[in-house]
Amino acid sequence: MLKGRKIIAIGERDGVPGPVIAECLEGAGYEVVFQATECFV
Amino acid sequence: MNFENQGVIKRLADQYGPENLTVVLGNGEANGVEVFAETVTEGDPSYAGPLAGVALKIPVYHVLEEEVMTEVPDKMREEKLQLSTLVIDIEPMHQVLEASRAKL
Repeated sequence: MLKGRKIIAIGERDGVPGPVIAECLEGAGYEVVFQATECFV
Repeated sequence: MNFENQGVIKRLADQYGPENLTVVLGNGEANGVEVFAETVTEGDPSYAGPLAGVALKIPVYHVLEEEVMTEVPDKMREEKLQLSTLVIDIEPMHQVLEASRAKL
């Protein structure tokens, strides 16, 4: 369910932020089509 | 999931096809992960956002789940994710997301 799919990275400010998820998945060869960081307060 | 992000995901699903997408989360706590997963699989449970009534069936992973971690190059995993694995308890989120993926 991961291989060959485009990635939507939804990070969290108090967890792993979106740009970090995107960087890691791009490093793994995936295409990241959207990344954002949500904030739960 | 905020409405702005729901709208973007709906548009991306129209553009690429939901069967070609995977959502990867970075939540710090299990609280909220189930709602995230439900929103992009069965539709917005609050029935208020753009994904209300829209069952996209997009699989959802957490970046710290083994299925994702093993994909990330070793050096990058150590530099970017190792610290998070020490402070984030992934097991409860893994159980919720695995159950969500099993229903797809």
